[in-house]
Amino acid sequence: MSAIASIPDWVVILIKSAILLLVVVTTFAYAMLAERKVLGWMQLRPGPNRVGPWGLMQPAADAAKLILKEDLTPKTADPLIYRLAPFISLLTAFSVYAIIPFGASSAGTWAIGNVNAGILFLLAITSLGVYGISLGGWASGSKYPLLGSVRSTAQMISYELGMSLSLIGVLILAGTTQLDGIVNAQATWWFIGPQFVGFIIYVITAVAETNRVPFDLVEAETELVAGFHTEYSGLRFGLFFIAEYVNMLTVSCIASLLFLGGWNAPFGLAGVPIPGIVWFIIKVAAFMFFYMWLRATLPRFRYDRLMAFGWKVLLPVATLNLVITAIVVAFRG
Amino acid sequence: MRKQLYNVGAILRGLGITFKFMFAKRPTIEYPTVKKQHAPRFHGLHELRRYEDGKERCIGCELCSSACPANAITVIGAENSPENRTSPAERYAARYEIDELRCIFCGMCEEACPTDAIVLTPRFEMSDYRRGALIYSKDRLLVPADAGVGVAPDERPNGIPADLGRVADVKSTVDITAGYEATHRGIILKTQRKGLTELKQGDKEW
Repeated sequence: MSAIASIPDWVVILIKSAILLLVVVTTFAYAMLAERKVLGWMQLRPGPNRVGPWGLMQPAADAAKLILKEDLTPKTADPLIYRLAPFISLLTAFSVYAIIPFGASSAGTWAIGNVNAGILFLLAITSLGVYGISLGGWASGSKYPLLGSVRSTAQMISYELGMSLSLIGVLILAGTTQLDGIVNAQATWWFIGPQFVGFIIYVITAVAETNRVPFDLVEAETELVAGFHTEYSGLRFGLFFIAEYVNMLTVSCIASLLFLGGWNAPFGLAGVPIPGIVWFIIKVAAFMFFYMWLRATLPRFRYDRLMAFGWKVLLPVATLNLVITAIVVAFRG
Repeated sequence: MRKQLYNVGAILRGLGITFKFMFAKRPTIEYPTVKKQHAPRFHGLHELRRYEDGKERCIGCELCSSACPANAITVIGAENSPENRTSPAERYAARYEIDELRCIFCGMCEEACPTDAIVLTPRFEMSDYRRGALIYSKDRLLVPADAGVGVAPDERPNGIPADLGRVADVKSTVDITAGYEATHRGIILKTQRKGLTELKQGDKEW
């Protein structure tokens, strides 16, 4: 025990980060496979099943393909920013995991860092993710990526507001911005109950923030070829791809932490000897499934309706929800 | 407000439908491992049949070649000699070549054949990287001497999957590396591509 305690902090953090990175990347690989499978099933197809049993080696095959492909840079592109943009996307996507807690034991919270300003940090970092997309689209030096990145920026700004406001309701109820504090505040009563409206708004805005169907105007194939990553190929495209899925995973984690009680067991199951992290994983997985389910079900929004929906519906409803929550909390103590 | 609620209901119904379909039976036939049963008279790769005594049915009459709307068949007949009879009739096909890339698999050759020699089998896996390899000559069309007489379409059992592997087998046993040069039709095609002026005198004797 003393030997473990004598390891310097930075080494511990480095090891934790390495493990977490590995876990997140593996999760990405299999989330992608799962998405293709689920989409396939919902469209009466078997999905990828040629590489390994049930297609389980498909992510490896995809990775090999992406690595071996030619890395093109258009003549008109701004070479430095063009090459940098995927890394910005990926960096912001991964850095969120520095503070996301996955469980708790008597020794403390299972997270790399437990930041006071947890939610604020999350919002700040996830908003930075748009830079990767908009810079990548701009630096491509061609028109469809530019349109995609402009859309992305506008969409992020519009939906970020609704998202933040829906999270403030949770903050008021929990009385803390620290993520483990918020989870502990849900020990008896998950915030999805009192903050149901907030939860719905969060889910909608989270889909929009991660540029997923039905809000994937940023990469709308029918209008913009492939949107911001039209010019990208090979590994750089792969990095954008990873960033998109890691962002999906992030918003699923946040939803589980803030609304679904994090690693708390569901009602009536608190006595069951299942570790908290398993509950957390189940909740995140359910959220990821919901994403795929949405993609299989809904068609893409029209761009003006997307904007109108964000500003004229989500923002007022989120504000109203916040005001009501504040009033109720103020009067009931 | 009522309209909005209706729309939310529509989305939920849609989600219900996709969820239901996730567990529905899929119509996919996983092709390379599972092969669909063909209709008994499926039009696939051709086959030249034999009689029970091993003689070729083809009498080199060129009716198939005349009937062919795609002009894919080349037949060059020759006289049987009493010592060495290839077919029971007077003539036989010295060369019989079908350009499977031109063939539209309509089965007119089968209809036209007076001796039921040329038939279309249900074999369909005959892809190749070389054009020349898709001009099938007699060595690949004729039923091998030890493989029976071939089956007439009318006598096939219902929906046989056929011996689908055979196309590949036949291909591997025959020397098709020569490509165009190996077949009469191939030579013609090649010279046509070069231009008729370059047609060699030696080729004209056929």
